[in-house]
Amino acid sequence: MEDRLIVTASPHIRDTSTTRGLMGNVVIALLPAVLAAGLIFGVQALVLVAVTTLACVAFEYIYEKLLKKPNTVGDLSAVVTGIILALNMPVSMPLWIAVVGAFIAIVITKQLFGGLGYNFANPALVGRIVLFLGFTSRMTAYVYPDMAVDALASATPLAVADKTTLPLLDVFLGFHGGMMGEVCVLAILLGFAYLVATRTIQATIPVTIVATVFVLTALNTGSAYTALIECMSGGLLFGAVFMATDYVTSPFTTKGKLFYGVFIGLITFLIRHFGSMNEGMSYAILLGNLMTPWFNAWGHQTPLGYKKAKKAKKGGAE
Amino acid sequence: MFKSLKRSAKGAAVPHTKATAGQPTNKMPVPEHVVIPMSMHIGAPAEPVVKKGDTVMVGTVIGKAGGFVSANIYSSVSGTVQDIAPLRMVNGAMTTAVAIKTDGAQTVDPACVPPVVTDKASLLAAVQACGLVGVGGAGFPTHVKLAANTIDTLLINAAECEPYLTTDCREMLECSDTIISGITAVMKYCEIPHCIIGIERNKPECIDLLTSLTREMKGVEVKGLPMRYPQGAEKTLVETCTGREVPQVGPSGKPGLPADVGCVIMNVTSVSTLGKFLKTGIPLVTKRVTVEGDAIARPQNIEVPIGTLYRDVIDACGGVKEGVELGKIIFGGPMMGGAAPSADFPVLKQNNGLLLFSKKAAALPEPSACIRCGRCIEACPMGLEPVVIAQDFSNKDFAALKARCVDLCVACGSCTYACPAKRPVSQTMGLAKGWYMAELRKGGK
Repeated sequence: MEDRLIVTASPHIRDTSTTRGLMGNVVIALLPAVLAAGLIFGVQALVLVAVTTLACVAFEYIYEKLLKKPNTVGDLSAVVTGIILALNMPVSMPLWIAVVGAFIAIVITKQLFGGLGYNFANPALVGRIVLFLGFTSRMTAYVYPDMAVDALASATPLAVADKTTLPLLDVFLGFHGGMMGEVCVLAILLGFAYLVATRTIQATIPVTIVATVFVLTALNTGSAYTALIECMSGGLLFGAVFMATDYVTSPFTTKGKLFYGVFIGLITFLIRHFGSMNEGMSYAILLGNLMTPWFNAWGHQTPLGYKKAKKAKKGGAE
Repeated sequence: MFKSLKRSAKGAAVPHTKATAGQPTNKMPVPEHVVIPMSMHIGAPAEPVVKKGDTVMVGTVIGKAGGFVSANIYSSVSGTVQDIAPLRMVNGAMTTAVAIKTDGAQTVDPACVPPVVTDKASLLAAVQACGLVGVGGAGFPTHVKLAANTIDTLLINAAECEPYLTTDCREMLECSDTIISGITAVMKYCEIPHCIIGIERNKPECIDLLTSLTREMKGVEVKGLPMRYPQGAEKTLVETCTGREVPQVGPSGKPGLPADVGCVIMNVTSVSTLGKFLKTGIPLVTKRVTVEGDAIARPQNIEVPIGTLYRDVIDACGGVKEGVELGKIIFGGPMMGGAAPSADFPVLKQNNGLLLFSKKAAALPEPSACIRCGRCIEACPMGLEPVVIAQDFSNKDFAALKARCVDLCVACGSCTYACPAKRPVSQTMGLAKGWYMAELRKGGK
């Protein structure tokens, strides 16, 4: 009856979630933003996404082949990095620069540190920051879609001095200049809803980041409308949903996630209102990534029965 | 309320596969022989008191408890002692076992008379005489637990949080009278004023039945528990039912026990067995076992004499399903049960499941790199951080493991279940805990 039975340690059943499945969920959640970029900026947007993604996957494959490591292209993490990196570029970006960005993201930031699970910063984010520093004029060469209203025909919402004049709906739908994936708030929110509904991510990090920026901006400017526009513009929302939530580089305890979210929100606000640079969100997330081990250490959860043991010890010593 | 909400979020969302819950329990025909080990409990093994060639009956003592933390062993069949020999049990430990050839008559030993119980001492004596151990899986001798003096709440564990298993569910539906009489006796003689019967909400018919039966009983309450594995683990059960937290370290300096917060936990089948013993005098000699899985021909609950070999139980359930290649035999539930290397092991007092998985269902996915998603942390019912502990363990960092309370790990397997990278997280936790405890005994660093 029982030739060669399998003997393993318990548990003998596993949840259906897999790394590939989770990354696949992120890809699906990114699709509305990709589609919105295509609708707002034209076919070139889709070409840019495709080329960047292919480059990321190719770099991962080639690197692992050259170093005789197991091939991990199948876990789809390189695809996620590629799509996110592409959506962080303006549509006018030359394709060769996109490929450079993919190299920095996959080879330098991810693989040189040991591959998935070992990188200390979000690969796509570092790709974006390096491109921004190296090709500043190309990275800020925003294209303004034809359907943009006058107030937004030549600037991103963040650059408009008096944000109370901006029409909410146009900002929400993304009819203005900016990075491809960042403009359409609706698409990002759809992706966010999907990620939370499938339990791919917890809502903690995005919600705390946006809430922190909103509250601080509203207090600073005295206008909730300005704060709302500010939360919907620039890289804030896209970064909060898709980049700050990267598993590897964000804290894993609930308390740690809260610290991290508030920290990123605070730094973004400070850079945007008191700094001289653009790129407030990118640097905030990068700093957050670097602080992650500390947030984990500060955010340990209390095990069941732990506090009472402490008290009992005290009682015993007295 | 808050604790209950917390419990619904912690632990593993295992599938509630309970296909056999609706079928009445079948009684297994008497097997040709049984093998009864002398160690079916935590504590000292029992001493065999029969010899080869002796005639035994159902309920005859064949092993005397080897100490206070020990339990009597009774013959589950009538027949002749064939052999007394060392036996390697399914968990790898060696013990002495009594092999009995059955005569099929199942004559009950005339020495089995209902015990006279008048106070706590005589109740504990009766519990001990019953050979009762925690039949939910742990096998801890029940009289030791009940001997504590500081108990104000009796918790009846009817969570049955493991998938597949339905033995406690059937016990509640088929033997509710002995459950009630067992609870009444324990509350009365051990002077425990409160009793909470905790049942996972995936068994509404059991909740309804016991609620109606206990309506008139003073101090007894039935509580629906969140459907989240491992709700039936003792510390989680205490927390959900009473809001109390079992301390990490008890007043004695040893690991905390439910008794430290005034609770004693009895499995619903244990308390029912006690009720039966008080009525009939027949000790714990049979066990209901859920036989399930995709490789068994007729999944069912079956009542088997203790000591029956898995092989005979499987045959009584129609054997392996035709056209299916048997891959794994699991004794217990799929989350905490062990995998047996063959079918030649006896059913023990604390066994409640026998799962047969096909080669396909038994195949486990390949592990890949940890992506630090934190799902093991979300899943841990004890609030531990397996991903951090794994790191601390690979660094052999005693102080860090102490700070992360690795000793609280209950080996429930929720972390491994939840891991999307399919890493054997709970095995690492087990190794870390083992290493930490060994260092601690050496004096710590």
